[in-house]
Amino acid sequence: MIRKPLRPLARILLAREKGENPDHIERENIRLRAEDTRARAQNRAEGRLLLLGLAFFAAFMVVGARMGLLAASEPMEPRSAASGANISALRADITDRNGRILATNFSTHALYAHPKQMVDPARVARELAELFPDMKADDLERRFTDGRSFLWLRKKLSPEQMQAVHDIGDPGLLFGPRDMRLYPNGKLAAHILGGSSFGAEGVNSAEVIGTAGLERAMDARLRDPAQASTPLALSIDLTVQSAMHEILEGGMAMMNAKGAAGVLLDVHSGEIIAMVSLPDFDPNDRPNPLVKGEPADSPLFNRALQGVYELGSTAKILTAAQAMELGLVNPETMVDANAPMRWGKHKIGEFEGKNYGPLLSVTDVIVKSSNVGTAHLALKIGGERQQAFFKSMGLFDPVPIELTEAPGSAPLIPKRWADIVTITTSYGHGMSVSPMHLAVAYAAIANDGIMLPPTLLKRDKLPQGKRVLSQQSADAAVSMLRQVVTRGTASFGEVEGYEVAGKTGTADKVKKGGGYDKGKNINTFASMFPASDPQYVLVVTLDEASENSGPKPRRTAGWTSVPVAAEVIRRTAPLLGLRPQIETLPATGVSAPKP
Amino acid sequence: MTEMVYGSMPGRVVEPVLPRWWRSIDRWSLTAVFALFGVGLLLGLAASVPLAQRNGLDAFYYVKRQAFFGGVGLVVMLGISMMPPNMVRRLGVLGFLGAFAAMAMLPVIGTDFGKGAVRWISFGFASVQPSEFLKPGFIVLTAWLMAAAQDINGPRGKSMSFLITFIVVLLLALQPDFGQAALIIFGWSVVYFIAGAPMVLIATVLGLVGAGAMFAYNTSEHFARRINGFLSPEIDPRTQIGYATNAIQEGGFFGVGVGEGQVKWSLPDAHTDFIIAVAAEEYGLILVLCIIALYATIVVRSLFRLMRERDPFIRLAGAGLACIFAVQAMVNMGVAVRLLPAKGMTLPFVSYGGSSVIAAGITVGMLLALTRSRPQGQIAEVLFRRGR
Repeated sequence: MIRKPLRPLARILLAREKGENPDHIERENIRLRAEDTRARAQNRAEGRLLLLGLAFFAAFMVVGARMGLLAASEPMEPRSAASGANISALRADITDRNGRILATNFSTHALYAHPKQMVDPARVARELAELFPDMKADDLERRFTDGRSFLWLRKKLSPEQMQAVHDIGDPGLLFGPRDMRLYPNGKLAAHILGGSSFGAEGVNSAEVIGTAGLERAMDARLRDPAQASTPLALSIDLTVQSAMHEILEGGMAMMNAKGAAGVLLDVHSGEIIAMVSLPDFDPNDRPNPLVKGEPADSPLFNRALQGVYELGSTAKILTAAQAMELGLVNPETMVDANAPMRWGKHKIGEFEGKNYGPLLSVTDVIVKSSNVGTAHLALKIGGERQQAFFKSMGLFDPVPIELTEAPGSAPLIPKRWADIVTITTSYGHGMSVSPMHLAVAYAAIANDGIMLPPTLLKRDKLPQGKRVLSQQSADAAVSMLRQVVTRGTASFGEVEGYEVAGKTGTADKVKKGGGYDKGKNINTFASMFPASDPQYVLVVTLDEASENSGPKPRRTAGWTSVPVAAEVIRRTAPLLGLRPQIETLPATGVSAPKP
Repeated sequence: MTEMVYGSMPGRVVEPVLPRWWRSIDRWSLTAVFALFGVGLLLGLAASVPLAQRNGLDAFYYVKRQAFFGGVGLVVMLGISMMPPNMVRRLGVLGFLGAFAAMAMLPVIGTDFGKGAVRWISFGFASVQPSEFLKPGFIVLTAWLMAAAQDINGPRGKSMSFLITFIVVLLLALQPDFGQAALIIFGWSVVYFIAGAPMVLIATVLGLVGAGAMFAYNTSEHFARRINGFLSPEIDPRTQIGYATNAIQEGGFFGVGVGEGQVKWSLPDAHTDFIIAVAAEEYGLILVLCIIALYATIVVRSLFRLMRERDPFIRLAGAGLACIFAVQAMVNMGVAVRLLPAKGMTLPFVSYGGSSVIAAGITVGMLLALTRSRPQGQIAEVLFRRGR
């Protein structure tokens, strides 16, 4: 920058010549220079001020535009939103195999209070207590006035209740929309569905989470937003389930039993068509679990799955089938059946001290349900092979079905497998499994010896099965079971046209702390039908049943669970689409005349 | 007779104070200020009722209080706007010294009202936030120093004002009050910008502010939460921003109706930091745009009037005051529409608060005093500068 000199020599000299003070020139120049600087600063400031002004104007416009955009958009969440936009109430429906609703969602409202906005807490408390008898007026009033600003009052309201609360007319009472889980069939399939309750709760919605049964086991699937619109189809057939429920309820009353369980399994697909446990409960109003006493006394207890009992004689067919599979015997082989049998210090006898011996064909061991004959078969098989077979039949592990209770329902297996255990387990004592286990094992026999994992979900394609018996052994076992009905202990089980085959089992209940309770039985009938081409397996268990029509109470399975099971088959087989065989085929392999 | 003998007193023909004031004041801005204050009272009728109810007071207690303090603030504003610029300068510098002393004493005599930051001095019946009063004084002082620095052989105004800024910001950060600290830095930057800051330096200062914000984000949980809330794309409806956004959306173009709004019941700061949400909900976009237009009028008019200003001090001080006033309004509204992260800043004249309204009165009073039209030497310029 070229600066003008403050004391230009020419002017100074000129001034000196004129006798003026040359300092004036310097001062004049300083003033001019300052003025110049100022002018430049002002020019610059002018531009910058303009810039600032425009910037602020633009910024105000942006704020205004943004306000306009917001004002023009719809509010995302409802008024006075408090919380919970991210709580999803989404939950898929559950249907039976034919698409009939088992569980669905229902819009209702929860009731909560903002006590600080309440006009007259005392009146509200009084009127609420009148509407809901379980609420206490003084307790409510205390909670309304202790300074809290929020409290929940009811989780679900019926429309009538909601209107009544609305009519109280206090601004401090507020309703939050809720999706509640509804089980339109009530008690039917209660143990399968389990139940649900609210998880994370907000004012505007609440999660519905499964608390038991399938609802809990399949919680992730049911709450998956991607699949929320696809109902979860179960393998259950609602009609069959309903028929079985009704018959078991009647049978339980008739046989004076304290509990009953039934499982119906499709042998070719492993699907559970019906599963009932009595007494049961309404999943819409699930009772609280017992805090003391036997869990089995609670209606929540699923006898078909959680009730592990000694199977009794129903296990004998497994022993016979394995002996045949190993080629040790054929159905006509005569085995030692001389009772009582002694093994060490143990004595093994027959029912009511009978003796079917000295020799009995394998078929008759099953038909007559001989403990001693089965024991001899088991000794031929040996403990290790017996354990391996039981394990392959799924008797040593929890049943892998889609219930939250399933993994916890492990069978009770003796720790040491001594020879005496081999003997007792061969006829179903000393080892406790559930009716479900039994049904799965019988299904393997019925399905030509191929074991399928059971399921509660509808199966579109069949899973890869595992062969546990040859077709021949399986067929022979079915034939033996058929004869149990035609001429053995399960004669009440005959249903005309459906060729029922099955095995009874009567086991004394295990007392607490060891030993058996002679007066208390678990009566089981494990069956399959029709015997010529088995399609379904049915297991019916009655807990402490006794048939009192005779002079003496009869507590064997043949008198109690067999007739009930026969009635179930009579009712359900047509529902399952099975045609009755009008001309009954002659019972195969019958060597003796009918008794 | 006496007059004929001695001649009349060669008294200056001086226009009376009030007519001159009325003639030279920026009447548009003045009207806008009164309109803003009126809107504030109107909104206070709705927004402060829940607070009064919570505190068990008469429903319009806070409205009456605000009317009183607002009256004081407006009188102060009018009084100051009548001052000549050098009086404004004196007042500003003295005010700065007083407010600075009060702020320095805060750790001893201050109170935090349970809000986690010691910013107030409580006198029982009222409380004062010294930093509110510090801002106009600070701007005036900075402008004075900067203007003086432009004189030949003037003081080192830029360095001195920078040092003062540094100390003030440090004090504010200790309270902690990062919002006011940012406002102080902004005010200083504007003054320096107008005074002719080199562009390189402006960029550097902006960088430093960014670094400071990062530091605050990393060290202060309070600060970090607000930034995080802003950066997350989802609005959590339980936050103040969520309520405010919802209120603006509910209000739409014409509002839900006077007194029908709900947001004031849910927002604890509905009468101060989020008053614009109450306005948007009850009166709709219309009133909000009016409020924005009023602020824009004051700010833009003041800045444009200052463009013609010849005196460097007046130019700098006026620009600084206008800008902090504008930024305060803009931050407040920008937060409500989620253009800016949540930062408690009052809406001048509209938000409830005695300190706030009186401080706004002082700020705008000074601004009006500085933007009064006065001879700018146009004739002298024409006469003297053409020759060169």
